[in-house]
This record gives sequence, structure tokens and C-alpha cells, in this order.
Amino acid sequence: MIWTLALELAYWQQTAIKLVVVALVIPTAALILGYVFLMKMMSFMQSRLGPMEAGPYGTLQLLADGVKFLQKEDVFPRRADRYVFALAPVVVLVSTFLLFVVLPVGPDAVVSGLDAGLFFALAVASLSVIGILMAGWGSANKYALMGGMRAAGQLIAYELPLVLAAIGVVIQAGTLDLNKIVLAQATGEIFGWGAIGNPYILTQFVGFAIFLVAVQAELTQPPFDMPVAESEIVGGYQVEYTGFRFLFFFMAEFGTAFAFAGIASVLFLGGWYVPGLDPTSGWFNLIGPFVMFIKIMAVSTLIFWFRFTFPRLREDQLQKLAWKVLIPLALLNIVVTGVLKVLV
Amino acid sequence: MTVLGALVAQNIAFGVIAAIMVFAAIRLVTTRNVVHAALFLVVVLGGVAALFLLMGAEFVGITQILVYIGAVVVLFLFGIMLTRTRIGDEEGTDHPNRLPAVLAAALVATVTIYAVVSGFGDVELPAETRTTTAEVADSIFSTYIVPFEAVSVLLLAALIGAIVIARRD
Repeated sequence: MIWTLALELAYWQQTAIKLVVVALVIPTAALILGYVFLMKMMSFMQSRLGPMEAGPYGTLQLLADGVKFLQKEDVFPRRADRYVFALAPVVVLVSTFLLFVVLPVGPDAVVSGLDAGLFFALAVASLSVIGILMAGWGSANKYALMGGMRAAGQLIAYELPLVLAAIGVVIQAGTLDLNKIVLAQATGEIFGWGAIGNPYILTQFVGFAIFLVAVQAELTQPPFDMPVAESEIVGGYQVEYTGFRFLFFFMAEFGTAFAFAGIASVLFLGGWYVPGLDPTSGWFNLIGPFVMFIKIMAVSTLIFWFRFTFPRLREDQLQKLAWKVLIPLALLNIVVTGVLKVLV
Repeated sequence: MTVLGALVAQNIAFGVIAAIMVFAAIRLVTTRNVVHAALFLVVVLGGVAALFLLMGAEFVGITQILVYIGAVVVLFLFGIMLTRTRIGDEEGTDHPNRLPAVLAAALVATVTIYAVVSGFGDVELPAETRTTTAEVADSIFSTYIVPFEAVSVLLLAALIGAIVIARRD
């Protein structure tokens, strides 16, 4: 970042700029994903047009919705625990915010290139459970509480496959630093042929599949949307939320989808690297964000394709899938990767 | 930033985090609502993670978040919400054995403070205390391999023991 601007900024100036950028990225990501996938892709799959009125092709629909949410009254249920109820959406949004801290979009274009970046991302992603439990309990509503319970059970169960699927990549790259994982893929070779590097989706396809399924469950999206199942528990932990607090949950969901798609692109698709350029070149600070955006949209397409295609699982099927299929498979993947790493 | 400036900034950050932690810890034991107590525990544990990060112990700090906030407190909340879900103040959150509790807390505090003071005394930590994950991994899997494996076996035994106790068939 600094290289391209060719100027030195003080630490607090850098921090301020980074904060503003991340604070802008989350709503923008929510708008883009919400419009492209939730509104248009789902509509086209169902042979309808979707919103068409606000702006050309309805592009401004979500902006209009957002303004509408901001105008609404901030309603508290009478028996709710006011502080817990009010803070819950903030906790969920903070978890999303922290995810973007370690997501690299160029060799230097990262908020903070932590040495254990991947570990950090997985740890802060687990913070959202606290917010969801707070929302479920603080609403003083039995459906909300049921939704919170379901969410907690689901997120605990699917955090394991998420972490275990990423470990295969970590073993192969030999580092937890997301930027070094990108470099390891850029300089990798496929049986001595290094023209396109070695994106780990080729060697870690099992990990990629498990990671995407677990991300789907972490986002509580269909087919894993039991915590918010509107036909069973009328919206779960979100049932009492209106106005801008509901907007927070919405932004957090889609912002987290964007961040996880970004982490998946870094782990499996080579991150900001495109073949043909020197991976240490400073140009990647300029084109990296665009490369990342394209890869994130590709992964998001997969995530939302699943969302619109599969029917909701039952609670016991969900737990069985996590504990009896995904976790053993992920462990097997780790063993095979570890053995091959030592042998090859 | 100069070394001195960094040290001053570190000390200020430590003061702020420590003040928040002390406040949350006092509220944790004085609040009359169990869920609030668990949420204050989140703040205290988050403060511990922040202190680790401040000392440059990235890996330990992140583990603190992942294990204690992401798993242990979530299980606390899960259990509390399944059994008692009342909102507002509750009766009977106080335990009659206040004196032994104060004594135990004072004893732990004395031992900890004595251990830290006698162990480090006036030793000044270097300004750069950052340890990388690779160094942590290297020391765990070479120097401390035996204690590490012993702890692993102990945890495994605890896990199996919990399952045996929970299963009554």
C-alpha cells in the first residue's frame, strides 16, 4: 500500500486509514453479495427478475432497504434484558470486522499481517457465537432462545471441520501466515511445472470441500439454517430485532460470507496471485484487490448456489454430518497430507 | 516509533486493559444474574488475550480467544441458558461461605504476586518480546516434548473419564 503511494505515514495515520477501509468494506461487501446473489442469482434460478425498480436493474434496492431500516424505531421487547439485547448485534459485527484484519489483498496490502493469521481468523470467527447466544437469551422470547441454542450447537460442531480442513493447507504450506500461504502457492510447482504455481485446490480438494460446507454452516445459511428457520421458529434469535440492529445482523452475515470466501480464496485458490507475474512484485498491491475480488465472487457463487439449491437439513442430520462425516474425513485428510509431506 | 515511545504506549495500553479487567472481574462476582456473570467473564478473558498480544505472545493470545472465549464460555452460556433462563436479578446467587472464599482468593493472590516478584524482581523485559508461532512450535515439540505428551495423555484420560461418567448404560 505504502509502496504504491510512495509516502511514509505515521502509525496512527495508517491505523486510521485501515479502520476506515475495513469499515467501508463490510457494508459494501454486504451490498454486493446481497444484490448479486440473494436478489438476482436466486431470482434467475427461480425464473423471475427480482427487484427492478430502484436504480437500473434494481441495483439500489438494498441501499433503499438499508435507509428504510435506519429510519425505523429502535424497539425493545418489554421483558428483554436491555443491555444484552442491544449489544448482541454489535458483538456479531465486531467478529466480522476482526476477520478482515488478517485478510491479505496484496503483498503489503493487509491491515495486519499476523504471523499466525489463519489461526487468528478462525479464533475471531468463533466470537460471533457469543453474540448469537446473547441475542437468543436477551430477547426474552422462546423462539429466540431456541434459535440461539440451535446456533450455538451448530457453530460448535462445525468449527472443528472448519479448523481441521484448513490444517491440510497449513501442513502443505508450512506456515500459518496467510501471505506466506499465498507465496507458497505462487512459487509451488505441479510435478516440476511451475507456470501457474500450485493452487492448493488441486492437492487439497477434500479440504476445500469440507471448508466450504463448514463455512455454509458457520454462516447459518440454508441448508444449515435451523437457527433462523422461519418456518419452524420464525427467525430464531433474530425474531425480536428490527431497524438498524437487524441491519447489523444482515451486514454481519454477508460480510462474514465475503470474509470467509476471501480466506477460502487465499487458502485454496492462490489469493491475490495471478500466474505470469513475479509474486514479489509491488504491482500486486495494485491489482491484488481486484484479483481477490474476482476469486471471492467465484467462491461466493458456490456458497450461494448451495444456499439456493438444497432444502434444510434436520437438527440430528446436521450433527451427524459434522461429527460422523466431515470431522473423520478432515482428520484422514490431515493424516494423508502429513504422510505425503514427509515422504515427498 | 522510538523504543521509548513504544514502551510508554505499551504501559498506557496495559493500564487501560487492566482497569477494564478489574472492573469486569468485580462485576463478575457482584452481579445478581448468572448470564451477566458469564458475559463479564468474556470481558476478563478477552483482557487476558489482549495482554498476551501486548507482550508479543501472538499464538498464546489467539489460543486464549479460541479456547476460552470461543469454547469454554460458550459452553458455560449454553449450560446456563438451558437450565435457568430468567432475566433480571435472581435470588440465591450469593454463597454463605464468604470468609473461606476471601481467604482462598487472598492466598492465591499472595502466592502469585510473590512468585512474580521473586522470579523477576527488577528485571526489565526487552522492548521487543515478540515470539513467532514457529518458535513456540519448535520449543513445544523439542525441549518440552515430554510434558506436552504427558498433558495430552492427561486430557485424553479426562475426556474418556467424562464419557464414562456421563454414560450410565
